[in-house]
Amino acid sequence: MADNVIEFKKVNKSFDETRVLNEIDFEIEAGKFYTLLGPSGCGKTTILRLIAGFADVTSGDILFEGQRVNGLPANERQVNTVFQDYALFPHLNVFENVAFGLEIRKLKKNEIKIKVDEALKLVHLSGYGRREIAELSGGQQQRVAIARAIVNEPKVLLLDEPLSALDHKLRKEMQGELRDLQRRLGITFIFVTHDQEEALAMSDQIFVMNAGKILQSGSPVDIYDEPINHFVADFIGESNIIPGKMRQDYIVNFDGQDFECVDAGMKPNEPVEVVIRPEDLDIAPIDTGQVNVTVDTQLFRGVDYQITAHDAMNNEWKINSIHPTKIGQTVALAFDPEDIHIMRYGETEDDFDARLETYD
Amino acid sequence: MHKKATYLIPYLLWIGLFVIAPMALIVYQSFFNITGHFTLGNYEQYLTNGVYLKMTFNSILYALIITLSTLLISYPTALLLNRLKNKQLWLLLIILPTWINLLLKTYAFIGLFSQNGSVNDFLRFVGLGSHQILFTDASFIFVAAYIEIPFMILPIFNSLAELKPSMINASRDLGANSWQTFRRVILPLTMPGVKAGFQAIFIPSLSLFMITRLIGGNRVITLGTAIEEHFLVTQNWGMGSTIGVILILAMFVVMYLTRDRKVKGGRIR
Repeated sequence: MADNVIEFKKVNKSFDETRVLNEIDFEIEAGKFYTLLGPSGCGKTTILRLIAGFADVTSGDILFEGQRVNGLPANERQVNTVFQDYALFPHLNVFENVAFGLEIRKLKKNEIKIKVDEALKLVHLSGYGRREIAELSGGQQQRVAIARAIVNEPKVLLLDEPLSALDHKLRKEMQGELRDLQRRLGITFIFVTHDQEEALAMSDQIFVMNAGKILQSGSPVDIYDEPINHFVADFIGESNIIPGKMRQDYIVNFDGQDFECVDAGMKPNEPVEVVIRPEDLDIAPIDTGQVNVTVDTQLFRGVDYQITAHDAMNNEWKINSIHPTKIGQTVALAFDPEDIHIMRYGETEDDFDARLETYD
Repeated sequence: MHKKATYLIPYLLWIGLFVIAPMALIVYQSFFNITGHFTLGNYEQYLTNGVYLKMTFNSILYALIITLSTLLISYPTALLLNRLKNKQLWLLLIILPTWINLLLKTYAFIGLFSQNGSVNDFLRFVGLGSHQILFTDASFIFVAAYIEIPFMILPIFNSLAELKPSMINASRDLGANSWQTFRRVILPLTMPGVKAGFQAIFIPSLSLFMITRLIGGNRVITLGTAIEEHFLVTQNWGMGSTIGVILILAMFVVMYLTRDRKVKGGRIR
């Protein structure tokens, strides 16, 4: 428990009548890269604002290194934020922006200079100190914002969708740099994004959120391979979600057939949802796979073909294949028991984890 | 291009007839004495005669006092207004008095401040006796400030409204308390508003003459009063124009001093 930098205990937040956070409970361990992932309006930015001290909880407690920090003003918290719009001060140049926090702490001039230069070097902006903010590109402003935050050596760095304004290539580049920076500094990062790809690429731990609740938390691989419910499966990556029935442990029925799978712990004949990722499906000649489907559309995406097809029961299938097919052609889909993931309706994260324990 | 030029005609006519021509006439006139002979005497008199220099000094001093008192009242007011829920409504209430004729407002103050006015009635009622309020420096500054306040609040309010809330959050986030945030972020970023307000009040205050007469009882003679006297009473148009030229120069000086030194962060003003 001592390793937890931040802890939320039954945190609720409402604006007027609207509840934006609903009984949020989580623990953040020191030195890891966390991502809060969810669609707009799911409450992820509100969590960040609560940690930073820009807003106060309606009920519940926020602990920072074991100490309750509810109501503590932002300037007395050992966290720093990289804002979505960067929020760089336009009346100060790059050096003065980065030095802002150090000057407030009344450090000596030469000490400030050393630290600011170091921070600018970390974000590859050495020699940019005298530039005005308006002269910088979006990517450079982003780096200044990061330097301005990390120069204060916070315990936790909060990043509020910092990459959303950058173009695709620059965003990819910054993802790598941020991840690298986090490893080198050993600071806990809490990153907010609605981009699942970004979350999977950067995080040690992801919290998937929707409508003011944390639906699932876990490593990127866990969340991708074993989504807890329809929302998570759909939000993280692409997926085929087909209604089915659990015959017994390790046997699931969907599409009018029984399939072997690796999940257990459900009631016999319990209705479930079956998830199969498009990239786990292989296209085979007709009748040589598990399901026969007819191809409806095919898109070439560079790395692969994105194919949609339907089976005899009119379920839609998404397939990512490196081999092209023809529209209207009937092919077989081949997959292994490990490619099938079963989701129960309305299962909570605790129940889900407990069930996995029983047969892992 | 041709079309654009046509649109410019009304503006060019206006500025030519009502701005450039009068200014040229004033400059021209300032080189003639009362008998109609060309002379530099007006300027010589202005610069050597203690009366005019003292008048200029007084004008600047009172204009400064008026501007600074409005600033002291307006900045906190604008800050407060910005935090209110129905800020547009409150702002409207502050702007409302500017729609009432200046002369009417001034006469209202004569009524309020006179020996038998409401203020003295109140003072007598609480047992403080009646006082001479009208025709004092204090009442002059008070009324002038009262009339000018909306013109200071408005630009400051606008620059505060433009200030992104994330700027203040960022400052707090970096460890600054409320006062440090105000001094290091809010104030510098709203300076354009303060400067605009300063220009809007200081320059007209230099040439106030109606309020000096009606409320100040002509105890304070500003450059504006002097111009009025020369044109209407002594008929010395040359000297009046000279003071006019001085005022125009003073405006340029103020504009220059309150210009935006550095255009930063895309805040072009």
